[in-house]
Amino acid sequence: MKKNDLILYAVLLIFGLAAPFVFAAYKVQLSILYVLIVLALTWNIQGGEMGYNTFGNILFYGLGMYLCSSVQVGMFFPLAEWTESGGEKTFVHTPIQFFQGMAVGLLVAAIVPTIIAGLIGYSILGLRGHYFAICTLGLGIAAGEISGGIELIGAGQGFTTPPFPKLGDVELRGEYYYFLCFAVLVATFAFIKWSYTTRFRLVLNAIRDNEDKAEAMGIQTMKYKIVGWMVSAFFCGLIGGIMGGLVGYIDSTDVAFDGREMGVFMVLMAILGGKGTLWGPIIGATLFHVLKEGLWTYLLGWQYVALGILIVVIVIYFPEGLMGWLREKYPERFGEVVDEKDRKAQVELK
Amino acid sequence: MSILEVNNVSKFFGGVKANQNISIKVEQGSIVGLIGPNGSGKTTLFNSIVGTHPIDKGSIVFDGKEVSQLPVPVVAKLGLLRTFQQTRIYGKLNCIDNMLISHKASDEGMFSVFSKIPSELTEKAENLLNFVGLYQKRKLRAGDLSFGQQKLLELAMALMNEPKMLLLDEPTAGINPTLINGIIDRLIKVNKDFGITLFVIEHNMRVIMALAQKIFCVAHGKLLAEGTPEQIKNDKRVVDAYLGAQ
Amino acid sequence: MDFLIFKAPILMVQASMDGILIGLLFALIAYGMALQWGVMNIINIAQGDLVILGGYIAYFMYKVGIHPALGVIVSPVVMFFVGWGLYKAVINKVVDRDLFISILATFGIAILFQQLMNLIFGADVVVAQSGFGTTMLFDNSVTLPNSKLFSAFICIVYAIGLVIYMRKSKLGRAIRATAQNARAAKILGVDTEKVYASTFGINAALCGVAGALISITFTLHPYVGLPYTVRSFMIVIVAGLGNLPGVAISGMGLGVFEEFADYILGTEFRIGSVFMLLVFILVYRRFKLSRKREYLK
Repeated sequence: MKKNDLILYAVLLIFGLAAPFVFAAYKVQLSILYVLIVLALTWNIQGGEMGYNTFGNILFYGLGMYLCSSVQVGMFFPLAEWTESGGEKTFVHTPIQFFQGMAVGLLVAAIVPTIIAGLIGYSILGLRGHYFAICTLGLGIAAGEISGGIELIGAGQGFTTPPFPKLGDVELRGEYYYFLCFAVLVATFAFIKWSYTTRFRLVLNAIRDNEDKAEAMGIQTMKYKIVGWMVSAFFCGLIGGIMGGLVGYIDSTDVAFDGREMGVFMVLMAILGGKGTLWGPIIGATLFHVLKEGLWTYLLGWQYVALGILIVVIVIYFPEGLMGWLREKYPERFGEVVDEKDRKAQVELK
Repeated sequence: MSILEVNNVSKFFGGVKANQNISIKVEQGSIVGLIGPNGSGKTTLFNSIVGTHPIDKGSIVFDGKEVSQLPVPVVAKLGLLRTFQQTRIYGKLNCIDNMLISHKASDEGMFSVFSKIPSELTEKAENLLNFVGLYQKRKLRAGDLSFGQQKLLELAMALMNEPKMLLLDEPTAGINPTLINGIIDRLIKVNKDFGITLFVIEHNMRVIMALAQKIFCVAHGKLLAEGTPEQIKNDKRVVDAYLGAQ
Repeated sequence: MDFLIFKAPILMVQASMDGILIGLLFALIAYGMALQWGVMNIINIAQGDLVILGGYIAYFMYKVGIHPALGVIVSPVVMFFVGWGLYKAVINKVVDRDLFISILATFGIAILFQQLMNLIFGADVVVAQSGFGTTMLFDNSVTLPNSKLFSAFICIVYAIGLVIYMRKSKLGRAIRATAQNARAAKILGVDTEKVYASTFGINAALCGVAGALISITFTLHPYVGLPYTVRSFMIVIVAGLGNLPGVAISGMGLGVFEEFADYILGTEFRIGSVFMLLVFILVYRRFKLSRKREYLK
């Protein structure tokens, strides 16, 4: 790794570790930002690198959310009664139960969506272009609608997740979720960054640029598509599980399978920052989070009108996002520079 | 020894008989040409051979294996590659990356998905790019190359994959005429030195006569004539097909 | 879940008839969707929201004392201009580009419209009373609100009218020419800008008619647009572009499916089953085509 990169990572790591203490008031905000970044980074694997614009990654996020909390509750108490009585009033987790439950719950939250991605991948990833996009949109929203009818996990009233236990006098809920989110973010980023140094990224790009050609050259495209989706499912499920605990309440269509919002936001964040790049989704998620908070604070009541206009503007005028714009303006720093004489040279065959 | 046997292959698109009972044998290590007027079914035949679409009748045997039921990536893995009339390259990647990803990877199993691309391959890629004259342009995005340059890149990518046989769909179309002799030389070299069997669709008669040891001519979806370049040149049926006489 | 429906033929008749009537409505919206997809290569995620907006126009008429059934005349006129304006403002920048860009851009328009309607008309679920009464069949065991019969009738009238218009009128023929080959049409003097704007306007008008009918037969709410979009998309991919009889039949089929799903699975799973049907249709198509080594384009 280049020296500048090492310094950058060190700075970010220090910031991440110190933030909940230095900027204590923004603990939750930062936690949510990390969730958004994970969603944008994983979306980028399909949308940016592979050219498969998915609206369905929310499926894994919501699944992880429900699974983690269901396991956390179900390990110690009858789940049906929990959701019926509205949660913690009748059953209370001891601290050990809470953490044990969450540990197992997160494991399940990460693994089950990954397996599901592997199972349905062959069918769904066989679709292309806008058919894939709309099919995944259907999946995401169907999950929300259907889970909203299942009594066991709360149906209409929703699912109150186990509250963070009282540990003496200290209020540690914020720090706990912050560091969980940060840990997952670091893991996601590290894994994805590493995977991009392997064949994986080039194959995804080849599929994006010309899938028929990739097949004609012998690349087993379906294998890469499915593995990529499984990677996204893993981290989306994991972060979904954490988010369920952080928010404290799971509603099928507004929190878990929020296809209309979160499901689309992950697309926007990656595009805003620059899809097909490593840092684009991170920058995009950060920008988007700040913008959204601004809109929600200052334009409440009109925030979706403003957001809609923003989406239209970004999609039409800045489809390459911020990274794309930076690459155009400062190619030496952000992109690849090609010698003009190479570009203009005639091909000679002697 | 025939490396490719097309036996009585037919392909229909609705009412259109694109290929009708076509039988062709290609000797291993040879250069064979496929000519015919526009719309005679040449590209369709190539598509049939590599598995782009299923055939309606007949069989296709490559290197001793029946391949007509196999999907395209499997056929390609067996060593049968094709290039396209309208060039197909990975537009947003640079030429080197186009080459690196064209190398035949031994990917069995799930985890090979994350295997690293060996660094020695870069040298091989650059050598092949140099072979087709694109070394200086190796850092350019493939999408920024001209049509003719993309054709050369496509050829280099195919060579990177070390196929046993290569189907070339109009390799010199769109190429600067001053480069065509260079292309012919290189194709002959590819065949002699690398041992790759070539099956070439061409409209440029000069090129195909210089390249091919045997030529097949199709018209209206049927095999019209076959023979050496001399024989084909003087075959009345071939001349008529091109000049439109029935 | 209620499987008794299969033992009760009368319920099946009721569901089927409800399904056919509502299906015609879906088909009308789908026709608009197919129009803009075929002519302009656009998938309009805001289609359902245009429908709802059209519905609110009729509802507004109802609130000020005009009979909402007249909405089937007023709404399309107003919506045509809304569509035209929307085209000039946004859609024309999206027409020549990737289909996916149109999906995202129209999604932005959709959420914009949803909140605007919420602000203007409020978040309550509303209905425009038509006072049309009910028709009873089979010894009063099958009830068909006359508004639904009226709705089906209007859909058929508009569909036939549109087909005739597309065949005979100058604009209609220009639209069809542009759909087949935009460049050729342009070279031959067709004003493709105007064609596109009109197409989008006509689509909006169709949505307006559908919306007006929905306002008297069902309910309106600012956020129920998306299911209508999904339904019209499904019908188009099943029937194919340019296949009006297919659109009508697929629409009715979808309507019947929904009504049966409503009875069997319960109303809370109705929308979910629509989306699952979409997934199922696409996956089915995918496997059918892959036998021929093709894929949906």
